[in-house]
Amino acid sequence: MPRTTPFQSRLEPLNQTGIWKHWSGYLVAPQYQYSLNAEYYAIRNSVALLDTSPLFKYRFTGADARALLERAMARDIGDCPVGRAQYTCWCDARGYVLQDGVVMQVADGEYWLTAAEPALHYFRVLAREMGCAHVEVEDISSAFGILALQGPHAHSVLLQLTDAATPLKYFGVTSATVAGCEVTVARTGYTGDLGYELWINAADALTVWDALMMAGKGYNITPMGTTALKMARVEAGLLLMGADFHTSRFAWVDAQRETPNELGWGWMFRKLAQDGRDFVGRAAIATELEQGTSRWTTVGLAVDWHDYERAFVEAGILPPRHELYSESTMSIYRRGAKEWDYAGYASSFLSSSLLRKPIALAKLPLDLSVPGSEVDLEISVIRKPKNVLARVERMPFFNPPRKTALMSGSAE
Amino acid sequence: MSTPERYDAIVIGGGHNGLVNAGYLGKAGLKTLLLERRHLVGGAAITEELVPGYKFTTFSYAISLMRPDIVQDLELVKHGMMVLPLINTFQPGLNGEYVFLGADADANYHEIARHSIEDAEASRDLDHLISRLCRALKPWMDRIPPNALSADPAEVAALAELRDYMASLDPEVRGLMEKFVNRSAAEILDEYFENDLVKALYASSGIIGSRVGPRSKESGLVWLFHKMGDYDGVPGQWGFHKGGNGGFTQVLARAVEGFGGTIQTNAGVSRVLYEDGRATGVELQDGTTLSADLVVSALDPRQTFTRLVDPDDLPQDLVQHITEYKFQGTAAKVNFALSAVPTFPGLEGREDLYMGFTNLGPSIDYLEEAFADCEAGRFSRRPFLDCCVQSTLDPDMSPPGKHIMSCFVMYAPYHLAESDWDTERENLGDTVQATLEEFFPGFGDLVLHREIVTPLDIENLVGLSEGNIFAGELFESQLFLNRPAPGWNQYRTPIAGYYQCGSGTHPGGCVTGGPGMLAARQILGDRAG
Ligand SMILES: Cc1cc2nc3c(=O)[nH]c(=O)nc-3n(C[C@H](O)[C@H](O)[C@H](O)COP(=O)(O)OP(=O)(O)OC[C@H]3O[C@@H](n4cnc5c(N)ncnc54)[C@H](O)[C@@H]3O)c2cc1C
Repeated sequence: MPRTTPFQSRLEPLNQTGIWKHWSGYLVAPQYQYSLNAEYYAIRNSVALLDTSPLFKYRFTGADARALLERAMARDIGDCPVGRAQYTCWCDARGYVLQDGVVMQVADGEYWLTAAEPALHYFRVLAREMGCAHVEVEDISSAFGILALQGPHAHSVLLQLTDAATPLKYFGVTSATVAGCEVTVARTGYTGDLGYELWINAADALTVWDALMMAGKGYNITPMGTTALKMARVEAGLLLMGADFHTSRFAWVDAQRETPNELGWGWMFRKLAQDGRDFVGRAAIATELEQGTSRWTTVGLAVDWHDYERAFVEAGILPPRHELYSESTMSIYRRGAKEWDYAGYASSFLSSSLLRKPIALAKLPLDLSVPGSEVDLEISVIRKPKNVLARVERMPFFNPPRKTALMSGSAE
Repeated sequence: MSTPERYDAIVIGGGHNGLVNAGYLGKAGLKTLLLERRHLVGGAAITEELVPGYKFTTFSYAISLMRPDIVQDLELVKHGMMVLPLINTFQPGLNGEYVFLGADADANYHEIARHSIEDAEASRDLDHLISRLCRALKPWMDRIPPNALSADPAEVAALAELRDYMASLDPEVRGLMEKFVNRSAAEILDEYFENDLVKALYASSGIIGSRVGPRSKESGLVWLFHKMGDYDGVPGQWGFHKGGNGGFTQVLARAVEGFGGTIQTNAGVSRVLYEDGRATGVELQDGTTLSADLVVSALDPRQTFTRLVDPDDLPQDLVQHITEYKFQGTAAKVNFALSAVPTFPGLEGREDLYMGFTNLGPSIDYLEEAFADCEAGRFSRRPFLDCCVQSTLDPDMSPPGKHIMSCFVMYAPYHLAESDWDTERENLGDTVQATLEEFFPGFGDLVLHREIVTPLDIENLVGLSEGNIFAGELFESQLFLNRPAPGWNQYRTPIAGYYQCGSGTHPGGCVTGGPGMLAARQILGDRAG
């Protein structure tokens, strides 16, 4: 029997499709309405509300909490003061990625972390190995529900309930009272748009859900399923574990593993030469960066609209565009004299309705990673493989100023 | 008075076609000036905040036929293009029945099956066949049509290509094409459907903006025309641009400026200047003259050929055609600011009903009766209304919790037999409101503000002659090879350097941008020699 999140009694009647799927053992709706695009556009046009409670949540407390995270995390936890959140990842000793997640310091020395896969045991073992006696790592996954409020009107909605989150810097964190309930609000999200994520005590879940839905009524607040979220994150250039990379923990061979630099997170190590941090995987990562041994670069690919169109028109059919999202591997080839000259692969593909072109997240060798580089992407046209022109494009594909803008105004 | 500034190209009229044309010319490196008579660009595609917080789509209100090449070529996404899905269609009846269609084909099947199980299946067949036909015709939407009167071998070859292409179509597809050209919407619908509510739902596309009833022969082609577009690759579907169609023309304006073009508003053109059969510039209504090698009229054919230039300077067969070219506008708009969405008895509290088109016109007879009024020289006493509560999709159209509703009204003939539009304005508004009241009891209590747009307003404000929303009827005699006149369907005019790019040229009316794009192609081709 799948578990349900603390919002389930509200979600149930909203799911017009009757379709549910499982996420980390919880019941979630891939989409609520028949129109997936309606949910997808809510993120860009109005405001969407998403239950992300199935994420694993961990709390780090005690005098050694910071030391443990300094050791565990590949990104410098020193850059995450109280009231800030940080996108980070952690690696194994060989410098391969175990997971990514968002960590925030909610109070002095108290950190909360989200993870896609269980990691409690991992962090506790690490603490023991380090000899950190004064740290407690707890699984608080079911103590909280998390709601993501995302879209251009996210602030208009939140502001009606609290002014504690105004202005809240991008990746800022604050506590707030919403409908009489203590919540933690982070200016974060997985959509690349203006948005907030609210950590809500499980007992308060329905009260806060109702308050948000009520406050959002005039702004066409739209419950969003996980598929629309995944579509938006491709436009935002955000990777998904299980699609664009896999945890090193259960890989069989290194070909299934990726390093942070191969995933485009080299920026986490900009100060590596100076900072002397001793985190898990450091030596391997330092060597990789020094010797340039990364096998891949993660890039954004934009498919040439005309070429995509032509591939289908020539076959006598309409180019598929509407609500087209896929996480299956697509091969990429070098364009040149040699046919089918394998270069890399795309791991997420979206026919972006907003951007009016198909886009993809891809792994390419370094020499093809410069924006503007042209490659062939293999698609399937009436069951036959066919190459279409695609170009490397700087990510995020969509990056509205409101994503990071300081929002102003006061509660009415 | 004369200014020293010299332009390579002057585009007259800042409707979406003028903007598209100026965008392409600017992109090609031409120093381009666009002149718009009004204080804002957009023409029939504008959004106006008539009451603080309420954005009215004064004229056009939905988008589908916009040519996809333009979106790419003019980089419109970068400038803010965003078309939201119109996810539902609501066709209420007057006796509590209704058809409510959404995004799921199977759910739609069951919904239609409530009325007729055979119609439910037939609608899939018909939809698919129409999509196949549209796909077949699309390449011809996006190219300069052949000139049927030319002896030029290239034109003769193009005509032969067209004939061969049509002959090569799958017989089923070609058969449907012939039906659309030769039969009324009602006749075609009778072949496919038995339920009147279902028929009426389809028939509305066949009468929009045209002086035809569902039983008029020309309604077949009008229907087909409205299915030639797509939403997000889904054929025949319509969308709603963020901020209304005015939001879209603002995107176009930014693109024009992005490509180096200059837009001047409050700059009505009184005439095109030409010497020895060659355009030299324009004269503005304030007497200013501006010179340019190229002048493009984005206005309708009546203005392009008989107002901006002296028709005596043109071949008389062309002038004859333009004089006979049918405008005969029959549409009006009544737009409302509402305190809440309307209530349909039995479906109270359902905002989703209005997230798309709401068609008030529940039977073929209802539509025919409305048309009979038009033929008698008066506006319909019970009009057909195509409504859209756009604020249910785009929250920025109205203050939170309040709504904006666009109602396209058929029929409202430009020529009234026994009255005039200044007299009838409020009567039209009242009639529309009374019709809404019939379907949605209590509607009147919701009305905060009402905007009435008569065919005369359309003519006066936008410059569309006789208020025809498409810059001329979408009849076979006025489309493709014949738009706006045989021999003059390739964007040129008899005056060298003077071109036309309004909706009175191929592919025609609606927010398509096709005329603007294809005219630019012709202009740039001619310049290249
Ligand atoms: C009420 C209404 C509803 C409609 N609904 C839809 C719809 O929902 N969807 C759709 O696709 N289509 C719709 N249409 C049709 C569509 O809007 C038009 O076909 C299209 O917008 C016309 O564009 P255009 O650029 O060819 O010309 P116009 O939009 O007519 O632009 C002409 C421009 O020229 C300017 N002008 C006129 N005279 C002069 C002068 N002498 N000097 C300088 N400037 C001048 C005008 O002010 C105007 O801005 C509708 C039209 C109307 C009127």
